[in-house]
Amino acid sequence: MTGLPAQTAPAVKEALGGGPEEQGKGGNGWWSSDAGESTRRNLGLIGVLVGLIVIGIITRPDLYGRDGWWIDNVWAILKLGSTVGVVAVGMTFVIIGGGIDLSVGAIIALAGVWCTTVATQEFGAGGMIFTALLVGLGVGLVNGFLISYGKLVPFIATLAMLVAARGLAAQMSNKQTQQTSNQTINSIAADSFLGVPILVWILGVVVLLGWILLNRTTFGRRTVAIGGNVEAARLAGINVRLHTMMLYALAGLCCGIGAIMLTSIGTSAQAAMATNYELDAIAAVIIGGTLLSGGRGTIVGSLLGVVIFSTITNLFTLNALSTEVQNMVKGGIIVVAVLIQQFRFNSVSQFFKRNRITTAS
Amino acid sequence: MTQHDPVRRRFLLGGAALGAGALLAACTSNDKGGDNTNAQTQGNNNASPNANSAPGKKVTIGFSAPAADHGWIAAITSNAKAQAAEYSDVTFTTVEAGADAAAQRSALSTMISQKPDVIVLLPHDGKELNAFGLEAMKAGIPVVNLDRAFPDALAYRLQIKGDNYGMGVAAGNYIAAQMKAKGVSNPIIGEIAGIDNLELTQERSAGFKAALAAAGLTVANRRAAGFTVDTGQAEMSQLLQALPKMDALWNHDDDQGIGVLAAATQANRKEFLMVGGAGSKAAIEAIQADNSVLKCTVTYSPSMASSAISLARLIAQGKGMSDLVELQVPKEIILASETITKENASTYLPLGFS
Repeated sequence: MTGLPAQTAPAVKEALGGGPEEQGKGGNGWWSSDAGESTRRNLGLIGVLVGLIVIGIITRPDLYGRDGWWIDNVWAILKLGSTVGVVAVGMTFVIIGGGIDLSVGAIIALAGVWCTTVATQEFGAGGMIFTALLVGLGVGLVNGFLISYGKLVPFIATLAMLVAARGLAAQMSNKQTQQTSNQTINSIAADSFLGVPILVWILGVVVLLGWILLNRTTFGRRTVAIGGNVEAARLAGINVRLHTMMLYALAGLCCGIGAIMLTSIGTSAQAAMATNYELDAIAAVIIGGTLLSGGRGTIVGSLLGVVIFSTITNLFTLNALSTEVQNMVKGGIIVVAVLIQQFRFNSVSQFFKRNRITTAS
Repeated sequence: MTQHDPVRRRFLLGGAALGAGALLAACTSNDKGGDNTNAQTQGNNNASPNANSAPGKKVTIGFSAPAADHGWIAAITSNAKAQAAEYSDVTFTTVEAGADAAAQRSALSTMISQKPDVIVLLPHDGKELNAFGLEAMKAGIPVVNLDRAFPDALAYRLQIKGDNYGMGVAAGNYIAAQMKAKGVSNPIIGEIAGIDNLELTQERSAGFKAALAAAGLTVANRRAAGFTVDTGQAEMSQLLQALPKMDALWNHDDDQGIGVLAAATQANRKEFLMVGGAGSKAAIEAIQADNSVLKCTVTYSPSMASSAISLARLIAQGKGMSDLVELQVPKEIILASETITKENASTYLPLGFS
């Protein structure tokens, strides 16, 4: 790799879905260059997010008018999405790499239950965190091994893991809710550091590391290459099998982190925890502009997808509207967000840039 | 680089993986090494000897309940087992009900062929298993329906269930009385319900609404969670944002209440009083300790499984309930939803489920 990333290969760069660093590229602005494609997508998502917040302000001016309420609300929204956000980072890698992981919720439940057993709790917070991470990583490795070396379709392999891991979690917990008595673990969800809740710190760090890993390392580029064209990646000398296994291990590790967060949030773990997290995470990743067929996607987009979903939940709660309507709107938002990304910002930015030339393409 | 390097690295990695695996395997134990009996008979005042508890005709009781995904269902199964073990004349056989009504139906049809004296059954869905009830009754096996009613009265010999509507009424009455006692004129009341498309959730909410309306109060904000800790926490965290000041809260289920309480603690909110539901051991202990917002819980007790086994035994032996005049067990029993507060918590603690 030579020099600035923007100068290396625009085509690859587009596939990588770069960030704002493309601003320096040539005479074109980022809003119209091909390389800024995903940035425009993310701007569309920010537009949706701002719209939701504006609706919140219009419908509940009394709450937004309260002293210091809005910052609490921002933290409440981010904390609500923190666990799914961490899981979505791992999911983004798996999907960009051309796979899918349906077992993330089950891995969280298994790791959560495993790290809150009486025997594990005796080792203290360190032992619990170690156990959760190791269980997540281990289950992810099993997923990856089955998919890359056992040649199972990802959908089938992770579906099987979804069922099996929840079964093991139920067996281990004897179907009971396991409360944590460990104050260090419980304080993760309750405390703040420098005015920012620790959960939000964890989310931020995981997102940052995920962004670096995807955009600034060979691991990330190989992921994009494999998702884009497996055969080409293999011919280019990438160990596709090993790499695919690592992607699922990474997703599993994210679930391990998520398990600690969710255990702390609920001060307990149970086999039924994190139900439907796989769907939430996949929806967020897709909203974020990641191709379900792989080869393209951004971490920032996935994060925005998660935040949009928690903002909707927050908005509906503020207005005391029913959960049914909320679910319908969530479904609608998935469609609208993808539509906006496909049409709106492409055409609008092209309109501003090239309205005189009127190039239709 | 020598070519031994990768080998050694693999060896080290393998060793580390093995060691970690061994360590993890050691961490699966949940044995508290103490009391774990769940027999509910100790909770009742069984001190006075009862003619019915004396050993009688040997009977076989077949039992089936859905695979437990949370504390209440788990307590149903363990209570039934423990109660059956109390009687020397009862043989207890159980079939796993599997994941849905179809699986339970097929499991139960094998049970009919084994000809137990009586079947105790908590169906996945009362309507879907109605046909099984009819079939068993036709085969001459009395069916005890536990909690989820069959629509057809011919499908069961005895039905014993909790009172969801009454639970909501009990919670509403307690909150109304407390608000009056505290002199809060226009209280802001929140509600965290269970899974919204279940009939039981709708009945609970209807009872709650009706009891509050009788006192001239309304629910300011109602959120539906999913009977799990993490959903309870998530809904509560947002509810607290919507209601910057709250006077009272009813949470339908004590298991999800762990999450509801966690959200309140995390948001540093304690200006309201909270009422729980179901009557878990943890909730009753918290009420007794009186150090959280949880001041009360209204029961929907899985002790009904213990009673169902006792009654099934009496049905099979052809005996009645000794305090009643009738010579046979009645056909329907609906448990009252009881209100547990700090004052009577110690009485109810033995009935709490973990």
